[in-house]
Amino acid sequence: MTEVQTLVKDLANKHGRKRESLIPILQGIIQKDRFISEHAMIEIARELDISSAEVFGTATFYSFLDTDTRGKYVIRVCKTITCSMKGKNQILLSLEDGLKVKVGDTTPDKKFTLLETNCLGWCHKAPAMLINDDVYTELTPESVRQIIEEYKKRDIRVE
Amino acid sequence: MGKKQLRRMDLIFANEHDYKEILSKTLKTPNQYIVEEMINSGLKGRGGAGFPTGLKWKLTAEAKGKTKYVICNADEGEPGTFKDREILTQVSYKVLTGMAVCSKITGAKKGYIYLRSEYKFLVPVLEKELSQFHLLCKENNLDFDVEIFLGSGAYICGEESALMESMEGKRGEPRNKPPFPTKSGYMGKPTVVNNVETLAHTFTIFKYGAKKFRDLGVQDSRGSKLFSISGDTPTPGIYELELGMTVQDFVDDFGDSDCKAVQVGGASGFLVPRKRFKETAIGYQGKLTGISLPTGGSMMLYNSSRSMYNVLDNYLDFFQEESCGQCTPCRVGCQQLVKGIEAVKRGEKKASYLDVLLKLTETMKVTAKCGLGQSVANSFQSIVANFREEMIY
Amino acid sequence: MANQINLTINGIAITINKGLTVLDAAGKLNIKIPTLCYHKDLCIAGNCRVCVVEQTGTKKLIPACATPVHEGMEIQTNSLVVRNSRKHIIQLLLSEHNADCTKCYKNGNCELQSLASEYKITNSDFIDLVPHKNYAYDDLSPSIIKDDSKCIRCQRCVRTCHEIQHLSALSVAYKGNHMKISTFAEKPMREVACAHCGQCIIHCPTGALTEKNYIEQVWDALTAPSKHVIVQTAPAVRVGLGEEFDTNSDGRVTGKMVSALKRLGFDSVLDTDFTADLTIMEEGTELLTRLKKALVDKDKNVQLPMFTSCSPGWIKYLEHTHNNLLDNLSTCKSPQQMFGALAKTYYAQKRQIDPANIISVSIMPCTAKKFEANRPEMRDSGFKDVDYVLTTRELAIMIKQAGIDFANLDDEYFDKLMGDSTGAAVIFGATGGVMEAALRTAYEIVTGREVPFKNIDITPLRGFEGIKEASIVIEDALPDWDFLNGVELKCAITHGLENANQVIKNIESGKAEYHFVEFMACPGGCLGGGGQPIPTSPEIRQRRMKAIYAEDLHMPIRKSHENPEVQQIYKEFLGKPLGDKSHKLLHTHYTPRDRN
Repeated sequence: MTEVQTLVKDLANKHGRKRESLIPILQGIIQKDRFISEHAMIEIARELDISSAEVFGTATFYSFLDTDTRGKYVIRVCKTITCSMKGKNQILLSLEDGLKVKVGDTTPDKKFTLLETNCLGWCHKAPAMLINDDVYTELTPESVRQIIEEYKKRDIRVE
Repeated sequence: MGKKQLRRMDLIFANEHDYKEILSKTLKTPNQYIVEEMINSGLKGRGGAGFPTGLKWKLTAEAKGKTKYVICNADEGEPGTFKDREILTQVSYKVLTGMAVCSKITGAKKGYIYLRSEYKFLVPVLEKELSQFHLLCKENNLDFDVEIFLGSGAYICGEESALMESMEGKRGEPRNKPPFPTKSGYMGKPTVVNNVETLAHTFTIFKYGAKKFRDLGVQDSRGSKLFSISGDTPTPGIYELELGMTVQDFVDDFGDSDCKAVQVGGASGFLVPRKRFKETAIGYQGKLTGISLPTGGSMMLYNSSRSMYNVLDNYLDFFQEESCGQCTPCRVGCQQLVKGIEAVKRGEKKASYLDVLLKLTETMKVTAKCGLGQSVANSFQSIVANFREEMIY
Repeated sequence: MANQINLTINGIAITINKGLTVLDAAGKLNIKIPTLCYHKDLCIAGNCRVCVVEQTGTKKLIPACATPVHEGMEIQTNSLVVRNSRKHIIQLLLSEHNADCTKCYKNGNCELQSLASEYKITNSDFIDLVPHKNYAYDDLSPSIIKDDSKCIRCQRCVRTCHEIQHLSALSVAYKGNHMKISTFAEKPMREVACAHCGQCIIHCPTGALTEKNYIEQVWDALTAPSKHVIVQTAPAVRVGLGEEFDTNSDGRVTGKMVSALKRLGFDSVLDTDFTADLTIMEEGTELLTRLKKALVDKDKNVQLPMFTSCSPGWIKYLEHTHNNLLDNLSTCKSPQQMFGALAKTYYAQKRQIDPANIISVSIMPCTAKKFEANRPEMRDSGFKDVDYVLTTRELAIMIKQAGIDFANLDDEYFDKLMGDSTGAAVIFGATGGVMEAALRTAYEIVTGREVPFKNIDITPLRGFEGIKEASIVIEDALPDWDFLNGVELKCAITHGLENANQVIKNIESGKAEYHFVEFMACPGGCLGGGGQPIPTSPEIRQRRMKAIYAEDLHMPIRKSHENPEVQQIYKEFLGKPLGDKSHKLLHTHYTPRDRN
């Protein structure tokens, strides 16, 4: 069995094989791989006995269930009104500069993906962003640079 | 500054050390009495739609079927809203108490908290709370189990039927209504869907009685309400205020002295311009004098440095992305509104094209399948009507 | 009465059953409410919003298709707000739609176009969104073209593929302004688990899903002097084709169809019915052989129940979804492919024509047949056995292009040599027909007697019930078949792949036990095929079915084994059923495929 097959099987064993299990399973793939590959969707379809097109259709509905390649750290910068008013663009520039990628792209080393997202619910502490599941608020171009450096270092320590 | 200070409540976030006793006591109270108290309290859904909570419980209790569900809607996604997160962080036991009582009344043995994925960091906190809660249910001989269902990034899943579709493993596309969830909800079973704040308020009613709640607020808008305050304000944050205040009082208290407009109820709500501050009250639509605006609690303040064109463009972009896309007026309407105001701004369309778009929003309001598409008209009409020049020049 | 609801529509009172919708009620009053996402074959979606109507006392308009009637309702279907809203919605759909109608294959047969015309949408208020969309155009499948620029996202295809065909090869993907109808990972249709049945095509209101047409290729063939162009026509075509013209018949237009084909210039107009009869001989013998092996020889390798193999949509479905069961399939080619293989061998020999110069065209109620003809194994004659497959619709287009006044044509007869037909072959076009034809022949072979039904109409096998079961106890069998004495032969018949899946589940779980099962991919069988005239509905299919059985009843010969040309081909060419030559030309094998 491939790694993906094992992962999908484990998730199906954990969450069940009914249609209601689909989203928790997709979330499980994201948790581990940050995105859901075609291979993974095919395996999920097989486990749940639904069509792969339905898995694809469901996954693509949800903005956190990415089906495109993503880096180890997915950065989602809130672009909704308050964050936008409070300097979201500067934050993005700082991130683009620090990571050397444009919004929507993944760094060549597959460590970071930079995305925009809709309201994160931190309007009173705008601008805000998520890095994977972790929230960062009241961002400034400087604080963002530091956060990124921190993540870069974190990675080196792991390796 | 001589600002009038609104009366601030501390009902929701007040730590109630006797919550276990309150739960036990309420679980021993006859259903009929609780439902009557709930209805008498005047509590209406705090998600924004404003359906009487007691009635919702009653209808679900009366619905045929053995299997029923209670769902706590924690898919807080309306731009400018962030109060539910704080409730779940600080006083989730109140929410769970509300769910437990609802379970007793309706006969639901299974509950879910549909938590938006943006709040995933709350899961460990809630899991801990849930394990205690389950013990408490057992002690009280209540056969009730609550699970967290994590969303995956879709604003529309805050709409209750879309939320249930999502829980069923499908795309979060709102259903046709009728049937309503109280009759046919999650998995086709009678289901109560309550907002986090609504459930938290039920605790107040269980502990202090309907009167204490009812004495707050005005006429059809009873009780206190959490407000998520953001934008151009020196004091952004979450505040518990009485319903029925005017926007003027609100701005006096929270504005930065240069406030030109307040967006009440998030992107799907209404923009109130300065000239209407005095005559506009915050509450459910009812017998309030002047204009009364319902709100899920989002209050976004804009000062004179803000371009209302940018504000509207931002909202519309949000809607065109977050529409589920199934129904024509919402899917295509939102795209037309975005493209339309941009074309007017660039001078590619005449200013009178705004009137074409205004008519379109009238159609969206009456033909869209769910509240999302229907409510796009709110912000569009109130912004274009009041800041037409900003749309053009 | 509690089950009766009183309401008014446009001031007209009506009392109707509880549970019906406002749309149903309006229909009963002959009030037309326009619809797009609504289809009688499918569950209610309520997403296009074209059917919105005004209800007194309600601020929002309500969708007529999705709103159940309730007591005291007052509905307006043509008020100012309804008309304005409807017009807006049509305009919005048009703004997202490549409305280049004159260049559209569905020009003249498009529900959106009709609505636009009805509401006189001469200019749109709205911005054309098409240039902003990156619409895909997929014509790589041999059967189906998917043109996203024509899609109005009504999801009729998605519901069809899910509810009727169990495949969900098409699904809704993405959301908001990016929402679209998509295959798995936006792959071309030919790369995904698609049965090519074309049900999505006949349920599509616009030109977003159409058949891949081969009209020009056939015109080219017909005008090429060196080519001998022959055509075969499937049973269901003759009860569908008339719908494309103003014919006042009972739906049976066999004679006119033959006449039109001759006028189009085909060198020989022949009948797939001939090979349908041949299929009965081969498949019937195969069934009896399997039964003998199983019952007498106790051969464990024999797979029962045997599944019919005439429906290429069904075959492709099975290859994708249950490919552990491929050995249950009869090895018989479909009548179309038997015909193709014989056209370039037997027919060529008899007519002394170089098979290289024969172009074999078939007219089918089916789009999966286009795929089938392109299967690499379908070249047993040494050539591509069937060169071009046209649907009933494509034939209608050619007839119109040729200026043939179809409705007023005189009846003509099929040419000889593979043109003879029986009633048994005709009923192949309806669900249950193959089974009935097989029983008429097999029962007689085994017992020497006709099937014990009045007029040999085996009525329990007929009708549109999703899954039909029947059994017949064999008694007084002829000596060769006495091992069948006392055996209760159990059969099942199903149509639509969702039903097929149910039958397979029942078989696999042991819930059901059969010897022989007839599977047809499309609802109603071939008469409801994806190549038949648009629209389709339960009533239309019912009408076609009636016509099929009327055609059967009017045939002088109604049993396959009595077809004189069939008897002749065995004598002169094939030898005997399941003989060596049959094996080479008339039988095939199957390919396991992925589920996605």
